Amino acid sequence: MTIVHTGLPATRRLILQGAVSVALVGLGNVPFGLAPALAAANDKYPEDAFKQKSDADAIKSLYGKTAEPSDKVKLDAPEIAENGAVVPISVSSSLPDVTSISILVADNPNALAASYKIPAGTLPSVGNRLKMAKTTNVIAIVEAGGKLYSATKEVKVTVGGCGG
Amino acid sequence: MASTIRVRATSSGETTEVQALIQHPMDSGFVKDAKGDLIPPHFIQELTFEYDGKAVFVADWGPAVSKDPYVKFAFKGGKKGDDLKISWVDNKGQSDTTTAKIQ
Repeated sequence: MTIVHTGLPATRRLILQGAVSVALVGLGNVPFGLAPALAAANDKYPEDAFKQKSDADAIKSLYGKTAEPSDKVKLDAPEIAENGAVVPISVSSSLPDVTSISILVADNPNALAASYKIPAGTLPSVGNRLKMAKTTNVIAIVEAGGKLYSATKEVKVTVGGCGG
Repeated sequence: MASTIRVRATSSGETTEVQALIQHPMDSGFVKDAKGDLIPPHFIQELTFEYDGKAVFVADWGPAVSKDPYVKFAFKGGKKGDDLKISWVDNKGQSDTTTAKIQ
């Protein structure tokens, strides 16, 4: 403990100040306890959404609403993926105020593949590589201004990406 | 141990483009090994990019992201020589962090 070297009076004052601020923080949290808890929940890993089997259930679990198709969501995926283990997919959007982008593969064992948070100042565009079990629809969801927009494209897979 | 994260962040003046490649098995839990036993799921769940103390990009991943995952995005701002911090956590609680200089 290095505090010992700073002298007794200073140490005592520090400890007292510390105790007071801890007490204040503790009191302050009681009435507003719920709000930070909810905010934290939104930032948490969406475990339930990733466990849903169908794309509709995963979207509902992740966002609590449904998406409408939009030509302002651009989904880039190959027509034919020779190797389902590595399918390059990118999503971008010309919509304003995009807050998140999610990508789902309809017939995978669990539809939701990836979900990206887009803070203000980050461009609404993301590229990644996903696994696809078989030929199916890839769905891109863009959350913008509190609403959901989607784009869908079928990708033919000649060799599945889930072993088997 | 060498970092599992390889990042290239390039500033064009107005925006910074980031490409990251991470070494990770991303086991889905659906694949069997040579003996016919299921390989348990092992995949990155959260990947975060921070610039100037702020998250500029957060990825929540499921096991359907390919092995040795790759991701690309861009954000406004970011100066040459500044640090970009990258970290990931997987479903077994393993994690890695690295810092890259914006070029």
